[in-house]
Amino acid sequence: MHPIVRTIIQRLLLGLFTLFLVSLIIFSSIEFLPGDFGEAVLGQAATKETVAAFRRELGLDLPAYQRYFDWVVGVVQGDFGQSFSGRASSGQDRSRSVIELIGPRLKNTLFLATMTAIIAVPLALFLGITAALYRNSIYDRVINATTLTTIATPEFFVAYILMLLLSSLYNVFPSLSGIRADMTFWDKIYVSTLPSLTLTLVIVAHMMRMTRAAIINLLASPYIEMARLKGISSSRIIVRHALPNAWAPIATVIAFNLAYLVVGVVVVEVVFTYPGIGQLMVDAVRTRDVPVVQACTVIFAGTYIMLNLIADIIGIISNPRLLHPR
Amino acid sequence: MSDDQTYSAAAEVGQIKLQRSRFKRSWIELKKAPPTAWFGLIMIIIYGFVAIFAPWLAPFGEADSSFSSFQPWGDGHIFGTDQIGRDIFSRLIFGARNTIGIALVTTLLSFAIGGSLGLIAAINQAWLDQLISRLVDVLMAIPGLIFALMLLSIFGSSTIGLILIIAVLDSTRVFRLTRAVSLTVVVMDYVEAAKLRGEKLGWIMRREILPNIMPPLVAEFGLRFSFVFLTIAALSFLGVGIQPPTADWGSMVRDNASLIQFVRPWVTGDAFGANWGRLGEDIKLASPPLLAAGAIALLTISVNFVVDWFLHKTSGLKE
Repeated sequence: MHPIVRTIIQRLLLGLFTLFLVSLIIFSSIEFLPGDFGEAVLGQAATKETVAAFRRELGLDLPAYQRYFDWVVGVVQGDFGQSFSGRASSGQDRSRSVIELIGPRLKNTLFLATMTAIIAVPLALFLGITAALYRNSIYDRVINATTLTTIATPEFFVAYILMLLLSSLYNVFPSLSGIRADMTFWDKIYVSTLPSLTLTLVIVAHMMRMTRAAIINLLASPYIEMARLKGISSSRIIVRHALPNAWAPIATVIAFNLAYLVVGVVVVEVVFTYPGIGQLMVDAVRTRDVPVVQACTVIFAGTYIMLNLIADIIGIISNPRLLHPR
Repeated sequence: MSDDQTYSAAAEVGQIKLQRSRFKRSWIELKKAPPTAWFGLIMIIIYGFVAIFAPWLAPFGEADSSFSSFQPWGDGHIFGTDQIGRDIFSRLIFGARNTIGIALVTTLLSFAIGGSLGLIAAINQAWLDQLISRLVDVLMAIPGLIFALMLLSIFGSSTIGLILIIAVLDSTRVFRLTRAVSLTVVVMDYVEAAKLRGEKLGWIMRREILPNIMPPLVAEFGLRFSFVFLTIAALSFLGVGIQPPTADWGSMVRDNASLIQFVRPWVTGDAFGANWGRLGEDIKLASPPLLAAGAIALLTISVNFVVDWFLHKTSGLKE
């Protein structure tokens, strides 16, 4: 078997195993709930029977491995169970299924994340590569100081400054991004501008610094110096010598930052009351609606692991040493 | 040299090698520090001072809500009052104490856990190392803030719970660094000698390895502190971190954020820049959330500046 195929299969299996362990952790979170959470969910007035029925519905009378198996099968089919909210102490069940709550919001979050990525990735790569090429110039120093400041600043500070400037003082964008399904595509872009801009600022800073570091690291390696000593033009060095080896670190940088986007989205969605899963998760944490929290965690962690796996595989595929084994 | 004085090599060496005190050596280094590092250091000292002497500096109590709500700047309340009539300035000062204090305790705990496990793993390098390392891999496969949110939904938001959750999640990164840097030290001859002498694990960790891995750990402490600080601020901002009535910057931003939307437009179509007088008033109106968020940002930026300089110094990089 070609060594690349073997390595990729190894990585895929490792990723699958990680997903399994993570699912175990997320599933077992419900085990750690205090014993009286049935009463907490159903309210003080819940009778013994309704609490018992609730526990039976969750399957707490079954052994743990069986419940885990049921849960995983459900998750794979997109069934995350019923939300805890909307249950009354009388036993009347007005709760909604978790997937019903998550579905439309997931679409909104993906819209915001895609919009941000399309702007942020090319911008950060351009800034990072140029800063590395003209390192220690004024241009590099200004970019460096700016990005260091942006990284150390909480997302909500950036968000509120933008809101103050571009929404309150100079009213060009709405301060609250109430996105609805019946909006046209351009309207959606318009109301998502401020959250997307905030995320872009934060992510570009991270991604640009990592790209710069990766490129500088690469340009310092002996074979680049050799090429330079041979007298090859600098554009040829970059295109023919540096770039083939740069894909792996650049892919890692992009994946890392898209994964970072996953986390950043939570805070930014709350600031702009953007109806995405980040906001849903925070609300669910506050009301301790565990099934919804579990579902959101599965989605976030799954995306995170997938992105890192993809970066790994791109790194393997683009590695010249693995592509042309001796 | 006269004849009655005998020659002593020790005296001569002692004469030339003028041992400077630690304080003096630090001062010489400091004088060469860039302005950004100076700025960072001074800001950190100010923050520390405010945090320690908060009860004496603040004009009003932390949870004193005996004033009318949403008062403007001035009039006995430098930065006005918040939505239930608490003095913003006093809460900012107490916020320094609470927010920085909790972040510091969390970071120390995270270093105690991650650092000792990292040292043990590096010395053991067998099944124990494998076990802890794989466990850390799995914990790091879930994004930190998401993991923290999930755990908070189970254990509820208490300050102790918050500290424990963040410390454990963050110790994974400390573990990785400690293990990586100690791996190069554990193979040294003097560690081997200590093992042969029959020293206990605790001695080898503390006296043989730890002093040699301090510089990267100190820099990491600064970085981890700002990261933990930002995480706690973010969680408090989301309403699941530090709970009221404790004054804390993250929740101050959350509580007063709506003020920003009451600011009147400064630029209105054709009359560009016509409302200069009103601008100052409006900025003051929107100030409470921005002051708290700015306090967070300024501290993390300062810490980052200092760490940047320290890393530059200890790595011997000249670029």
